[in-house]
Order: sequence, then structure tokens, then C-alpha cells
Amino acid sequence: MARIDLRNLAHAYGPNPREPRAYALKPLNHTWEDGGAYALLGPSGCGKTTLLNIISGLITPSQGQVLFDGVDVTAMPTEARNIAQVFQFPVIYDTMTVYDNLAFPLRNRRVPAPAVDARVREIAAMLEMTDVLRKRARGLTADAKQKISLGRGLVRSDVAAILFDEPLTVIDPLLKWQLRSQLKQLHKKSGYTMVYVTHDQTEALTFADKVVVMFDGEVVQMGTPAELFERPAHTFVGYFIGSPGMNVLAAEVDGTVATVDGREIRLPRAYGKSTPDRKVELGIRPEFVRVARGQGLPVTIRKVEDVGSYKIARLALGQREIAAVAPEGTEFPADDVGAVFDPAHLNVYVDGHLVDGTPVRGA
Amino acid sequence: MDRPTNQKAWFLVLPVLLLVAFSAVIPLMTVVNYSVQDTFGNNEFFWAGTAWFEEILHSQRFHEALARNLIFSAIILAIQIPLGIVVALSMPRKGIGVSICLVLMALPLLIPWNVVGTIWQVFGRVDIGLLGHTLEAIGIDYNYVRDPLDAWFTIILMDVWHWTSLVALLCYAGLVSIPEAYYQAARIDGASRWAVFRYIQLPKMNRVLLIAVLLRFMDSFMIYTEPFVVTGGGPGNSTTFLSIDLVKMAVGQFDLGPAAAMSIVYFLVVLLFSWIFYTVMTNFERGGQ
Ligand SMILES: Nc1ncnc2c1ncn2[C@@H]1O[C@H](COP(=O)(O)OP(=O)(O)OP(=O)(O)O)[C@@H](O)[C@H]1O
Ligand SMILES: [Mg+2]
Repeated sequence: MARIDLRNLAHAYGPNPREPRAYALKPLNHTWEDGGAYALLGPSGCGKTTLLNIISGLITPSQGQVLFDGVDVTAMPTEARNIAQVFQFPVIYDTMTVYDNLAFPLRNRRVPAPAVDARVREIAAMLEMTDVLRKRARGLTADAKQKISLGRGLVRSDVAAILFDEPLTVIDPLLKWQLRSQLKQLHKKSGYTMVYVTHDQTEALTFADKVVVMFDGEVVQMGTPAELFERPAHTFVGYFIGSPGMNVLAAEVDGTVATVDGREIRLPRAYGKSTPDRKVELGIRPEFVRVARGQGLPVTIRKVEDVGSYKIARLALGQREIAAVAPEGTEFPADDVGAVFDPAHLNVYVDGHLVDGTPVRGA
Repeated sequence: MDRPTNQKAWFLVLPVLLLVAFSAVIPLMTVVNYSVQDTFGNNEFFWAGTAWFEEILHSQRFHEALARNLIFSAIILAIQIPLGIVVALSMPRKGIGVSICLVLMALPLLIPWNVVGTIWQVFGRVDIGLLGHTLEAIGIDYNYVRDPLDAWFTIILMDVWHWTSLVALLCYAGLVSIPEAYYQAARIDGASRWAVFRYIQLPKMNRVLLIAVLLRFMDSFMIYTEPFVVTGGGPGNSTTFLSIDLVKMAVGQFDLGPAAAMSIVYFLVVLLFSWIFYTVMTNFERGGQ
């Protein structure tokens, strides 16, 4: 149990990286609070595994420091760091029994036999593996092997943090759901710092108190699921979280007026004048787009998807598509259709990043 | 459940059966034929029953050669298997070092047997050989022509030089098939270097080790060319292995009957030991479950 600070941390796999693109992990500062349950969310190749491996010491970062409770551990080997990690694909010791597999991390650290036994049985019970403890690990199913892998990560009771690198990928959906809620319970009971990597947003949102979103080697936002939903700090977050994702529209901005496709939209805050060398975009969640007759931006309805509890309208604004979410039973107008954006939830992004405007009185 | 039966399939295996018959079964049967008969030339044969077998099995000459073979194979396995594993473990896993290593290691395997013998025959000579002369110069009494122990030393060293790389290459093939995640997990689990070897590397090498042991056993047990070229079976009979003895008997003395009986016994011994190794090692792999 520890707080983990990452200071000015960056990593490139090749030697002597010149351009920023050579970095698998761009310079970042970040803190994982003691006892937090974090989900690390991001698309494939964005550097999630790299980040975990740096925290656990499997990789030495090209620059920056890793601190456990304020102590610099950057140069410390994995074995000395007191950290547990579960990998994406099951790693089991073929020739050992399930019991010995689970006991392995404890025995290597010279934990006395009775304590090993108690702990192994506890974890086995949690994973529902008590009846196969005496079996060889080799012949088991992929699910069972991954459970053993998971179990080895959980078996040590004194770890600073447990890192999960997409631990449930190869497990079938029902079992996945059960294991996830057990992990969550274990977290409540034990108070370990847990970092859970995934690229599945439901998994992230159900497991974690705080979600950290990575994109292209950068941490683009950390926040509660609600924060990520309401104020995505990066267009990628808006697009990645929520279904359908946030609408992102190229725009020109000057003061409190944004221009999209030659149409003016009032903004709740004032921004500087946009310049052509930077990409300026408006972001609005489909939940905050209202379809109305004769108001807002003129659009046409391409199609309406009925998802059961709500409807998704796919609107065409010139060449662009905008999604709008409306409650079940909404009737959409047949002609003179307009899309109205809720100004309170309009966000402005420059080069992908959210910018805070200055509040204007009376807006 | 009804299984469709189609006897035509036999035609498909026929070519292989014929090939095996001509290359293995028929020659073996000829040997069996010789082993139960006596001949004085002129293609005249007399039934001898099991006489030759009894003679061979009771002959001291056979016992001694068999003992030499067993000791030789035991020494070869005891040196080459661990050494091959150590070499494989210390070979590089990536970079240009890999290709250089592989080529260097494959070199001894590409040299014809009798050339290997000749190389070591010269290498070990006291008058002109690099090894023999050097040993002599630093005051070690070494002469493989006179001293049986030196002869054994030379032959074993030669075989280790010739074949250890085969074991190493086989083990290496097993090692490179281990995913990086296993080593990472072992570090997370705090495993010692020994534990990594014992629980990750050794289990992954098990299959190839079985092949290596079988190949090296059979090959060392049937060794002929190299000791024949280096020592010719001497000094005395000290390096006369079964194969050398067999050739002496069959070609030198033209005792076809006893030689044939000996070949069969020899063959059965190889078969027996190979079977034992196979059984023991596959059981070990399954770990008794
Ligand atoms: N050993 C390596 N050598 C060189 N490049 C690597 C290595 N491992 C990862 N990379 C590169 O670093 C970047 C980040 O990889 P990383 O494995 O951290 O991504 P990830 O977010 O874990 O992706 P995934 O969801 O697919 O597991 C990728 O572009 C990848 O190609
Ligand atoms: Mg990964």
C-alpha cells in the first residue's frame, strides 16, 4: 500500500529518440493515491503496458522518476519493489500444481509455511479454485490458467500496489463480470492501490473510482467517470467514453461566437480568436443535442436508431454527422429540422485539448 | 457410431512400406539369416540354431566391448547434456550475435566423421599436434598411442567438441520459444535464477532434451569412425567399442555368423536403452500424474 508518484516520466524503446513520435510514453507527471482503484483506459498501442512495466520496474524509463511513498525507486529492480502485476496472457508454471503456483510468490519471499497455506486457501476460495488446488496447472483451461495468474498477483498481502494489465481479456464474459466484482470487493477490504488496464470502457467505469485515459503516449485526463463524461479534457476522451461518443466539429472561434459551416453558435464563455495553424473544434455530447423544428443549425435526419431506452438520431450537417440522443417516444420533426446545442455543455478544443474560456457575465 | 471403412487407404501407405522394407526390414532379415547359420564360403549354409548367440553372450570380448560402450555413452551424456544446456542458456537471444553464434555452433556438425577423426588424430600427436605437443611442453605426460587413459581422454574430448553444439542448438530452440512474459512474471514473483531455470526453462526444454538424449545416446553408443581413425581401437583393446569389434569380426576375420548374432544383440541393446530413456523422460515430464 503506497502512493505512487511519476515525475517527468518518459520512455522510448529505441536509443537516442529525437522526435516526440519516437516516445512510447511522452513526459508525464502523475500521482496514484494510496489505496485508490484506478482504471487505465486507452486504445491499443497508447503505452499502457509500457507505463505499468515502468511502475513495476520491468522497464527502466528513459527519463524521470518513480516514487513509492516519496522514495525514489527508479533504479530498484522489480524484486525489490514489492509490487504485484498480472499480465494480459496467462503465465503459469506448468509443472507445478495450482497450489504451488499460488504459493510461489510467497515462498520465494520466505513467508512461513502456515501463513502461505492460509493465504493460498483464502485466494483459492475467492477464485473458486479450492477443489483443483492439488491438480497440475498444465492441463487446465485457459480461464483457469488466467485465474491462477490473477491469484498469484493477489496472494501477497503486503504489496505496495497491484497492477493488472488487461487481466480478463481471455476470460468468458460471465466469469469476467464475477471476477471483476470480486476484485472490487477485495479492493474495498484490503485497500491496496490498484491500477487496472483495459481498453473496455464499461470495465473501466465499473471497476474504478478514478479513470485515467491515455492516448498516444500521454495521459490526457484523470477523473471520476462523471467528470470524464461531462468535461472530456481531450477530444479522444469524449469520443472514447460514452456511446455514442461526443460530437466533434471543426470550428472557428472568436470571443463568444463559434462558426461551424458558416453558421454562428453562441458560446457560454469567451475564447481567444482562433488561428488557422491550430486545429479548433467544438465538442458536444449527443445527450446535449436537441432536435427541434426551425431552431439551431439546419440539419437533415439520416436515420434514427431505437436502442430501447432511448433513441439515437444521426443528423447530417453538410458533410458532417452529428448524433443526438433523445428519450424514448420522441417524435422527430419531418422537415425544417434543426439541432440545438445546450450551451452549458459546449466545450472548445484546441489541438485536441480542452481550453477553459473566461466566463462572461449575463451569458 | 458408424465409422466409414475404406480399405483403399492401404494403397496410399504402400510406397512407404516398400521403402521401409527395402531400407530396413530386408537388410535386417539378411542379418537374422546369417546369425542362425554357419557358412564356409561357396554359398553353402548349415543350420546353427542359437549357437552363435550363446557364444556371443558368453564371450568375454563382447562383455568388455559392451562395458566400454556403456561407460563411454554415460560419460558423453553426463558431459554433453549439462554443457549443452549451459551453452544454450548463455547464447544471445537477439541481435547479430545470434546468427554468428548459430553458424559457429553448426560448424563442427558439418564436418564429416572421418575428417573429425583425422583432425584430432593430428591435433593430439605428441610430435606435431598442437594439443599433444603443448601438453608435453608444459610437462604433462600425454600420449594417446601408449596410454589407454589418454586415448579415452582424447576421444571424449573429440566427441564433446563434435556434438555438444547439437545439444546446445536443440536446447536453444526450446529456450527461444519461451515468451518474454514468463520472465517478467518470474521477476514479479521474486523467483531466483535457479527457480527460473527449474520452473520455466527446464520444462520448456524437456521435449528437446528428450530428443537430445536419445540422439546422443544412440550416436555415442554406435560410435565407430572417429575412434577408429584416432586410435584404431587401441592401445591394446582399450578403445575397441562394439562397432569396431563387429567390423573386425565380420570383415577382418570373416566370421559372418557370430558377427550377425552380435549385430542383433547390439541392435537390441540400443533399442532397449532408447526405450528406457524415452519412458523415464516422458514420465518425468508428466510428473507422475
Ligand atoms: N519491446 C518493445 N520494443 C519496441 N517498441 C515497443 C515495445 N513494446 C511496445 N512498443 C511500442 O510502444 C508503444 C506502446 O506499447 P504498449 O505495449 O505500451 O501499448 P498498450 O497500450 O499496452 O497496447 P495494448 O492495448 O495493445 O496492449 C507501441 O507503439 C508499441 O509498438
Ligand atoms: Mg498492453
